[in-house]
Amino acid sequence: MASSLTLNPPRDPATTSRWGALLLAAVLLWPMLVWTEFKPWELLDARSLKSTGKFLSTFVPPRHDLEFLTLMAKETWRTVAIATAGLTLAFVLAVPLALLSTARLSISSLTGRMAPAPYVFRQAARWLAIVLRSVPELVWALIFVRVVGLGPTSGVIAIAIAYGGMLGKVYAEILEAGDAAPTQALLRNGAGRLQAFFYATLPQCGSELVSYTVYRWECAIRSSVVLGFVGAGGLGQQLDTAAKMFSGGEVCTILIIFMLLVALADRLSAWLRKALG
Amino acid sequence: MVALTDFSVRHAAARADAVTVQGVNLQVRRGEVVAVIGPSGAGKTTLLHGLACALKPVSGSMNLLQTQPWALPRRALHQLRARLFLAPQTPPLPPRQRVVTAVLAGQLPRLSLWASVRSLFYPADLAAAQAALAHFDMADKLFERVDRLSGGERQRVGLARALVSNAELMLVDEPLSALDPTRSAQAITALVNAARERGATLITTLHQVEVARAHFERIVALRDGRIAFDSPAAQVTDAMLRELYADHEDELTASLEGAAPASDAVPEEDEVTRTMTCR
Repeated sequence: MASSLTLNPPRDPATTSRWGALLLAAVLLWPMLVWTEFKPWELLDARSLKSTGKFLSTFVPPRHDLEFLTLMAKETWRTVAIATAGLTLAFVLAVPLALLSTARLSISSLTGRMAPAPYVFRQAARWLAIVLRSVPELVWALIFVRVVGLGPTSGVIAIAIAYGGMLGKVYAEILEAGDAAPTQALLRNGAGRLQAFFYATLPQCGSELVSYTVYRWECAIRSSVVLGFVGAGGLGQQLDTAAKMFSGGEVCTILIIFMLLVALADRLSAWLRKALG
Repeated sequence: MVALTDFSVRHAAARADAVTVQGVNLQVRRGEVVAVIGPSGAGKTTLLHGLACALKPVSGSMNLLQTQPWALPRRALHQLRARLFLAPQTPPLPPRQRVVTAVLAGQLPRLSLWASVRSLFYPADLAAAQAALAHFDMADKLFERVDRLSGGERQRVGLARALVSNAELMLVDEPLSALDPTRSAQAITALVNAARERGATLITTLHQVEVARAHFERIVALRDGRIAFDSPAAQVTDAMLRELYADHEDELTASLEGAAPASDAVPEEDEVTRTMTCR
């Protein structure tokens, strides 16, 4: 009979360990939630709901008179300028850092282990990038506001330093992520490191590098907004003022501008990637 | 030109105790044209990498272009590499690069950094790239992108790169693995003629025994990492070949029929699985 042939489906041997892991995670997480006083329902009590609702209701309509929009255009331009100038300086900092720290362009590691001196040198470049990016740009900005005073300069320098470290690290990783063969082949035939970079590594990773850079530009725009709160100027400073004055219409306009800027960066990145195909 | 004494070298991915090429003694004079044959896994590619200073020998000595490469300081070793050209079996070309740039990359060791960067914007030696490609019927693909080419076309671009390199010692790994018989004959003739014209030494590993017999002066046969025979091509008999390819007869018969469906050839000792894009 057919039914005698149907076997009992076996039990999934992973069941016990999966349930165990889930239980363990719950047991570990619960005290943390208690200790950190994680009480999201407090957001929903009548009083805070009312004040949130009142503030949100002032969002509509967004403020759109000519005077305010002209001011916004100027501040938007300032924000974009801070981000762009900061990122350009970061790029100038990151390119040598990436080239110095990537193992892909090592000649001594073509035949076995990397030689000690180049290894130490590459680690030093890597550590420099770590130092630069381990301090958040907000902290760099607070430091430089003390040094160069209020205004966009401190924002630009803060972005340049923090993003220089980030770009340097990720560029080096992108260079190492691709196929090693083209670069190796050129190095094995006696080409210089930078020649191998331009003729093999760059054409292979170009579009990755570009799209990451544009993404970082997008991040820099967002970041320059935050820096505005500590006095670096631009849209962030306006947002800070508007929020303190509870003028929801202005906050709403500024938030819409942020979204447009990020969407613009997104389009730009997509277009560049396509162009570099 | 090349002198190997009791030369042993290990494939890059091999275990520490496994030696792929063992105790090889080999002398090659300047301007000689040598084919290295042998069944899959015999160590042909590893020997070639050893000769190209891409793998450090485990033991034995190597004399290359009147120097002991591994006794040189790193900088001098790298300068020596500029006088060699190693063409891997899988042509190592970035997919988004144009053919002209990929070919002219063979000239890099001779160019200054500034000249090579300028050549990226406007190819400095278009004529050389075109002439090299013309040897392989590829002159019309000069401005094509590498990723638009077929496997066989890419292989020929890799060979054209070898031609523009002006190296004194050309080490070419399986140049015909993706080519049909007609293209194979054309490609090997171009390589051998180019070597002869400039007095360069050419050492080529080959799967196609008949091509080796027809176009090369000398055949070095490897089996299990050792030299099975080393003789003038004219004196290589069918019996010698049958012994060399014992237990690998399919490789020999396919090759003798002259119809080795090259694209089916399994890439020997491929070091890494290659992905063509970044991440």
